[in-house]
Amino acid sequence: MNESKHYRDVSRRQALIVVGAGGLAAAGLTLLPQAASADAAAVDAAIKGLIGGKTPQAGRITLDLPQIAENGNTVPITVEVDSPMTEQDYCKAVHIFADKNPQPGVASINFTPACGKAKASTRMRLAKTQNVVAVAEMSDGSVYTAKAEVKVTIGGCGG
Amino acid sequence: MAKPKPRVKVPKTAAKGEVLEIKTLITHKMESGQRKDKKTGEKIPQKIINKFVCAFNGKEVFSADWHPAISANPFMSFYAVATESGTFEFTWTDDDGSVYSKTAQLTVG
Repeated sequence: MNESKHYRDVSRRQALIVVGAGGLAAAGLTLLPQAASADAAAVDAAIKGLIGGKTPQAGRITLDLPQIAENGNTVPITVEVDSPMTEQDYCKAVHIFADKNPQPGVASINFTPACGKAKASTRMRLAKTQNVVAVAEMSDGSVYTAKAEVKVTIGGCGG
Repeated sequence: MAKPKPRVKVPKTAAKGEVLEIKTLITHKMESGQRKDKKTGEKIPQKIINKFVCAFNGKEVFSADWHPAISANPFMSFYAVATESGTFEFTWTDDDGSVYSKTAQLTVG
């Protein structure tokens, strides 16, 4: 009797493990097609159009976004690029994209050395939970990129 | 729609070399072109401010191109170095060609 109970427990645990692994696999499967969605491709194409054949590097950009936006109509965004902002070495522009909006472009911000600091804030609309991508162009031609996910409770593109 | 009303917040005085924070806001619906008229079901055409420029003594300091994803009553904050006394000029350009502008004086000393 005791032994059979033990056996039952093990099988339940095993069943849980199987279900857990299955769930993970399912999650993996649903995540993969999303990463290759047409919208993400549109963002990639838009970035390619801006920077040409250069390969964006990670780093130097600080994206300040809420993790959860209750109202997709006004999502605050602050972007800061680590740059000395001198005539010889400054951040020329930052482009912001939202990959699941009807139109992925959000804004292009152009800095000059007279800014002193490559930092700017604005407010944007997000249709649904998605990634926000920032691409920074430096005066020496290098390109940096950063990405952050924002969960949107109520979308902000009207109906 | 009421005429867009620009508002800017710039320090009046600054020390030479100081990095100033500038905050701007303009009242504007920023019609995205995605919304539909509830009665007719037709799409409301896009009408946004597509360009914002800040110049100091005639020289461009900062500019931004806005797309429909920018919220209504667009807000923008950024920085500028105080080099000399002068005038900041802010201009917003609408899809229909209208230009809204505002100026602010800065005294460096």
